[in-house]
Amino acid sequence: MAGYIVRRVLQAIPVLLGTTFLIYFMVFAMPGDPIVGLFGEKTPPPAVLEQLRERYNLDQPFIIQYFIFLGNIFRGDLGVSFSGQPVVEILAQTFPVTLRLAFLSTVFLMVGGIAAGLVSGLRKGGIFDASALVVSLIFISLPIFVVGFVGQFVFGIQLGWFRTTVGSGAPWSDLVLPAIVLATGSFAQIVRLTRASVIETESQDFVRTAASKGLSRNRIVPVHILRNSLIPVVTYLGVDFGVLMVGAVVTEGIFNVPGVGRTVYQAIIRGENPTVVAFVTVMVLIYLVVNLLIDLFYAVLDPRIRYAK
Amino acid sequence: MPSNTRPDQQHFVAPIDETPLVAIDSVKADGKPSNLWRDAWADVRKRPMFWISAALILLVVIVALFPGWFTQVAPNNDCQLSNSNGGPTAGHPLGFTKQGCDIYSRIIHGTSTSLSVGLIVTFLIAFLGIVFGAISGFYGGWLDAVLSRIGDIFFSIPYILAAVVVMSVLSRYANVWVISLAIGAFAWPATARVLRAEILRVKNADFVMAATALGVSRFRILLRHVLPNSIAPVIVITTISLASAIVAEATLSFLGVGLPTSTMSWGNDISAAQHDLRTAPQTLILPSIALSVTVLSFIMLGEVVRDALDPKARAQR
Amino acid sequence: MKIKRIGVAAIALAAAGALTLAGCTTGSPESPGAGEASSAIVTVNNTEPQNPLVPTNTNEVGGGLVIQNVFAGLVYYDAEGAVHNDVAESIETDDAQTYTIKIREGLTFTNGDPVDAESFVTAWNYGAALDNAQLSSYFFESIEGFSYDENVPEMSGLEVVDDLTFTVTLKQPESDFPLRLGYTAYFPVPASAWEDIEAFGENPIGNGPYMFEEEGAWKHNERIDLVKNEDYDGPREAQNGGVDMILYASTDAAYADLQGGNLDVIQEIPDSALETFQEEFEGRSVNQPAAANATITIPERLAHFSGEEGKLRRAAISHAIDRAEITDVIFNGTRTPAKDFTSPVIDGYSEDIPGSEVLEFDVDLAKDLWAQADAISPWTGSFQLGYNADGPNQGWVEAVANQIKNNLGIEAAGAPVPTFAEFRTSITDRVIQTPFRTGWQFDYPSMFNGLGPIFGTGAGSNDGDYSNPEFDTLLDEGSAATEVEAGIEKFQQAQEILFEDLPAIPLWYTNSMGAWGEQVDNVEFGWDSWPILHQITKSE
Repeated sequence: MAGYIVRRVLQAIPVLLGTTFLIYFMVFAMPGDPIVGLFGEKTPPPAVLEQLRERYNLDQPFIIQYFIFLGNIFRGDLGVSFSGQPVVEILAQTFPVTLRLAFLSTVFLMVGGIAAGLVSGLRKGGIFDASALVVSLIFISLPIFVVGFVGQFVFGIQLGWFRTTVGSGAPWSDLVLPAIVLATGSFAQIVRLTRASVIETESQDFVRTAASKGLSRNRIVPVHILRNSLIPVVTYLGVDFGVLMVGAVVTEGIFNVPGVGRTVYQAIIRGENPTVVAFVTVMVLIYLVVNLLIDLFYAVLDPRIRYAK
Repeated sequence: MPSNTRPDQQHFVAPIDETPLVAIDSVKADGKPSNLWRDAWADVRKRPMFWISAALILLVVIVALFPGWFTQVAPNNDCQLSNSNGGPTAGHPLGFTKQGCDIYSRIIHGTSTSLSVGLIVTFLIAFLGIVFGAISGFYGGWLDAVLSRIGDIFFSIPYILAAVVVMSVLSRYANVWVISLAIGAFAWPATARVLRAEILRVKNADFVMAATALGVSRFRILLRHVLPNSIAPVIVITTISLASAIVAEATLSFLGVGLPTSTMSWGNDISAAQHDLRTAPQTLILPSIALSVTVLSFIMLGEVVRDALDPKARAQR
Repeated sequence: MKIKRIGVAAIALAAAGALTLAGCTTGSPESPGAGEASSAIVTVNNTEPQNPLVPTNTNEVGGGLVIQNVFAGLVYYDAEGAVHNDVAESIETDDAQTYTIKIREGLTFTNGDPVDAESFVTAWNYGAALDNAQLSSYFFESIEGFSYDENVPEMSGLEVVDDLTFTVTLKQPESDFPLRLGYTAYFPVPASAWEDIEAFGENPIGNGPYMFEEEGAWKHNERIDLVKNEDYDGPREAQNGGVDMILYASTDAAYADLQGGNLDVIQEIPDSALETFQEEFEGRSVNQPAAANATITIPERLAHFSGEEGKLRRAAISHAIDRAEITDVIFNGTRTPAKDFTSPVIDGYSEDIPGSEVLEFDVDLAKDLWAQADAISPWTGSFQLGYNADGPNQGWVEAVANQIKNNLGIEAAGAPVPTFAEFRTSITDRVIQTPFRTGWQFDYPSMFNGLGPIFGTGAGSNDGDYSNPEFDTLLDEGSAATEVEAGIEKFQQAQEILFEDLPAIPLWYTNSMGAWGEQVDNVEFGWDSWPILHQITKSE
């Protein structure tokens, strides 16, 4: 087990290098000079432009910029944003907020999505199944900005159940509505996946065996069916965690959450390479950790899976 | 790392080339898969849901291919601001957009764009996801490590963000193919991971061990036994990703990096109507309905096919 | 210059009150002093400042609003854009070229440093020096000694006479120089700032009506908390206890907070509420022309747009656009159709400048002019209008394109460029191959500011490379005039030439839009797009 973890951690290194290189390259290839953008409708004086390009290493060729960036990372220096704030500080401010949002959202997904999928699967073709399908379809076919605006309007402004946007310090209570909105995007996937998996598991021999042993339904469903149906669902949740963090781009904008999605989107638009890459690096780290945990979790769900030493 | 074979299983059977029964067994192995798909078809055509969804899809495809059969109004010509957000009038059954363009005509003409994006992305995701997921799940070892890490590289960059960057880089060439590539290139690892997980589960199943015991080659086991038995979640995810791709196209438009506005697409229309959500909801709802119906048909089809491909679920029904 | 930059997510503000023309805004208090000064904290929306908060390095609205309220300059602009002394005791000149500036006695920064001649001269020299690469360096380019070619640590045109007096010598006479001094780039900086200007940019120390509540009051992307500066002694004394600027990435979110009662004042209105905000906040909203305009620039270098043919086609396009319909339908009356190249809030504005008929909607005339141009060289291709897609432009660009298409019978469409940076780069590098949207937000209330920097030969923002010696001469004459009236006359004559050449096609003036909650009073929006924070009162 320990050896497995060490190996996975070592494998994370090429992933990190690959990801940072890929994103750095893509942002670098974006047309347009971020410094020119800083001057608005005015044309920057060429000499000032030169000075600023030099300051942000933008006058260097791509590969040099990338290595300067890598070198700085090893020294723990992630650079400063155009507004003069150290990127490390921005990371420290935004990630906790988005992590909490994504966590809350995942909880809603697990509770709501898995429950709905389980019932749908067990009562296949029933009324609940049909309505769950309709509801999840509505969510999947509505772009998240529509869900967000409507949710904010109805529950925030009309009914006043939630604060319209997330207030200072992003307290948990303010994050509930954005988390639900964020969850709607993946709700359909979780429901359908759980449902499919439950139906399949239900037809497995061990379920029939359990039933013929005379075990009650109340025991078969959670212990045999649910547990064995969760593998694809949990995998998807792990994969989805990253998506949640940035499905946040739109949701965080609507609810003014001072988190990762909003910040990184603006950094992309402004061409602030160091900020973008630093954020992506941390996102990758989180993604790797979450997925390592999920791979370890497989063993809990399915004793047949074992990890080589 | 999940092992390929459990150590205690390795000596259940003699190596394949030492097994005298190989010829007989391979005949059986060949025969069964074709039955699976034939059975599936026999099953599927008895189900009304299949015919309804197939008919809807056919309709959507026909609309996409021959928009001229459904409307004579050119979607982009004669948009008059005096008609802005107007209701239905003769010849314009669904009313007008903010720009005063005919909504019905725009929906009809937008079909092919949205459908193409959905299909191209889905094929891309399914192809890459199945290849990567199947190989890494089934063969394991260093191959799994390498392929999974490649998947990680693409997947750990969240795909909407990646698509924003790709579309910004390629904005000059923005068309259906480019936007599909931007969405699909970073979305496939989800499918790969789900398939890999499913294969990890299936490959320890009794029938796989049986096939191994009978000396069927590893690749053939993957293709004929493991894959058909683990493909169900992939089909579900794939049909949903078709929907997500069409929606993603709208989100990219919302973020300002979608298809050129001169290209008719539901995404462009939904995104353009977002500001009128409260004052002229029909401009947003109508293209959304078109999108939902299309999405619904594909998901229904996916469900039917999934059921049909799973013999045990079929037997139980 | 205030940059409008803007993602989906962020819409920088476009709001300025034009109280001169408009008489009373809907929301102006019935009787001044209806609200009592109090210690309540007012909340207002703002965007994350994009640069460190150093006056000479702040050129966009998010940081500008902070600088404007934390610092006090030599002069300030009232709601109507009239100039009054703030820190200055007097600003005098005989020839519009050499100015003697006297500072009021006894003023200090909030850390106790004196506000003296040195605090201005050092700050200006810092802002101008090439090595410091300040975003607003061009504001000093008319001062003697300024150079873009070499680093000049101290400009020869600035001279400290005594503690409270300094002189400014310009390269040439410019009568509107005193008008500029209320712009943020000209604000003073305390001596202690130079020890660590980076730290200062994070926690600026000023001499204005407000100050940072504490070190680190700028919580990035969240809020900036300002409290009243009790030591401020000047015309802009705060009537409230402080201002919390809540930083939003999207105006929609800010508007939702105003509706939800979590925000007192919003200084911009999202597109989704343009139609409804004036009803929803009846008597508590503002919608008046501001010192900003939108134009279409069609460079001479584009095929079919040079020489006589280009002139005809520009005029045809101008006549083919129904400005009233677009401002009404697309903007719900939150833009005002343009009648000139400047703005109604600018001193000297006239809607009857000879030649301005070219802005009138006239399909027949448009077709006729287009046909005349076709006679010179037949039109080919499609008319594309470039814009940045990360700002709220798509709607009106499409509407303009549709009108051109319908009224001239040619192919026309919008040509989106994803980001503002890319859009501006392609314009700056002169590689953009389509006509494109331009706009101007006035730096200071002077007609020259809306003409010289944009249409003067070789000027900094002359995106279309327009050049007309006659126009340049009139501008110079206007600048040199020591009488305001004489200067304005020259500038209006210069505009006549512009109407002839149409280097940019004026579309409309951007309105000041804002709304506020019931608990605040005395909310007014200045000419310069900003709510006048210091006079807002709030019931506790």
